[in-house]
Amino acid sequence: MRLKAFYKHYWLMLLPGLLWIFIFKIIPMFGLVMAFQDFNPGKGIWGSPWVGLENFEYMFQLNDSKTIFFNTVYIAILKIIGNLIAPILVALMLNELRLNTLKRGVQTIVYLPHFMSWVILAGIMLDVFAYHGPINAIRSAFGNEPIIFFARAELFVPLVVGSDIWKEFGFNAVIYLAALTGINPELYEAAAIDGADRFQRILRITLPGISTTIILMTALSLGNVLNANFDQIFNLYNPLVYSSGDIIDTWVYRMGLLQMQYALATAVGLLKSVIGFVMIALSYVLARKFANYNIF
Amino acid sequence: MVKDNTLGSLLLDIVVTVVLVTLAILCILPLWYTLCLSLSDKSAAAAGLVKLWPVGFNLTSYQSILGDANFFRAFWTSIQRVVLGTGAELAATLLMAYPLSKSVRQFPPRNVIMWFLVFAMLFSGGLIPWYQTMKSINMTNNIWGLVLGNSLPIFNVILMMNFFRNLPREIEEAALIDGASPWQILFQIYLPLSKPVISTVALFSMVYHWNEFFNGLVLSTRQAYYPLQTYIQQMIVVINTATLTQDQIQQLNEISNQTLNAAKIFIAMIPILLIYPLLQRYFIKGITLGSVKE
Repeated sequence: MRLKAFYKHYWLMLLPGLLWIFIFKIIPMFGLVMAFQDFNPGKGIWGSPWVGLENFEYMFQLNDSKTIFFNTVYIAILKIIGNLIAPILVALMLNELRLNTLKRGVQTIVYLPHFMSWVILAGIMLDVFAYHGPINAIRSAFGNEPIIFFARAELFVPLVVGSDIWKEFGFNAVIYLAALTGINPELYEAAAIDGADRFQRILRITLPGISTTIILMTALSLGNVLNANFDQIFNLYNPLVYSSGDIIDTWVYRMGLLQMQYALATAVGLLKSVIGFVMIALSYVLARKFANYNIF
Repeated sequence: MVKDNTLGSLLLDIVVTVVLVTLAILCILPLWYTLCLSLSDKSAAAAGLVKLWPVGFNLTSYQSILGDANFFRAFWTSIQRVVLGTGAELAATLLMAYPLSKSVRQFPPRNVIMWFLVFAMLFSGGLIPWYQTMKSINMTNNIWGLVLGNSLPIFNVILMMNFFRNLPREIEEAALIDGASPWQILFQIYLPLSKPVISTVALFSMVYHWNEFFNGLVLSTRQAYYPLQTYIQQMIVVINTATLTQDQIQQLNEISNQTLNAAKIFIAMIPILLIYPLLQRYFIKGITLGSVKE
């Protein structure tokens, strides 16, 4: 059959992409053997001695490990919850807005922060929350002393979680808005004739109408439990807030690239990769089971 | 939509409008404040006098950026990175998505390759092995490390593949009967039909490459190789937070050039603001494209 003659063309088309992925994604995976070595950059992977699980044993003895693991999961879970609830509420409210121009205007503005990098947003936040900045000005208008927000460990988590929700709530609402357009308008009319008021219609028609999307997003968000957002935290944290703000990724960066503890940092990274992989795979399985979701 | 004129309904309208308008203001205000800072007098900014309008309006910050060769070099690096990165990603994604959109019957290894891609997408070697690899293949201190280093975003391949799969089969079948080759089908039939997904993927790449700072930081040993976001990160964020005591942070905030930094931040936002109308249109399309499944 002629189609067989196409196989070599298909492989040729796949070649650049596969090569790109192989060099920059797959080859580094082999580097994970460093986690089981007393890695010495001078000797390389082939020459460094094997030490079994020594790096992992050392890792579990470190106090840092508990802190960074707890901080990562804690920040990530708070973000998951906030990033699930806020967009649903915003989508429901946008859906109730009757003035179409206002609706479009609000949508145009709330998507914007999503497209800004954390470098930019961190720079802006440091200005907004600065000692002489506007937030402290508002605080002092109510008779409070100005504070240095980013020097306080107990304020770091609320700041990080709050700003992440601020950045993403508008954009995350898009998927629910898309689901809302799929609801049959006749349902609302029928409900109104049956005497349902607006609140009842939201509760009985709108919410059930997007329930599959809510379940899907909940299942998929499970894959993020170890993802506290490196870019954000790296640009906002400082040694004063390590106790509450240092996460696995930032610690691996400092340990591995600044202090050259390659093997230890690789071991921690490997543990994170494995748990993260399992969680994402699990989230896909759940999304497939409960929301009929297929990645391909 | 059904009209409803009860008191409860009216109250709901008011609450919803007030809350949403407040949220919209909260989203734009920090960006506006940055613009005001950048246009304000340096000492007024340091004293915290700037509120919602520039105080002592002047363009000094922007003038001093004009004389900053490092800023322009970083800006140029970012432009190159966006152009090369987007071009390379788009080409590779397009070429990969087409054969993968075939059924197993048409291209038997298709499923095996898909599983390989999903594994590569979800599992990572982590930062240190990646960095060692980059160093050993000479990807440091040059534009190619920034362009290629993140590898090909597999999610985009899947997005485009799903789009291809939803195109009507009959078009391809007709072309096959006319004796078209796979290359002709991809470039002469699929490509013109795929404008929405191509725009989406291109914009994903552009935003990613413009905003990315970390690869720029770890792959460059000298400032001369920084892309813009890394340059800004080093100039502003690090100076603000890397110090150890509260007093030092406070002092640095006062002596650091807040208005100049705000101007740099604002300039880095401009390209995103310029393509924002497109972003709005196609990112939203991208989300719905991704969720449409057979």
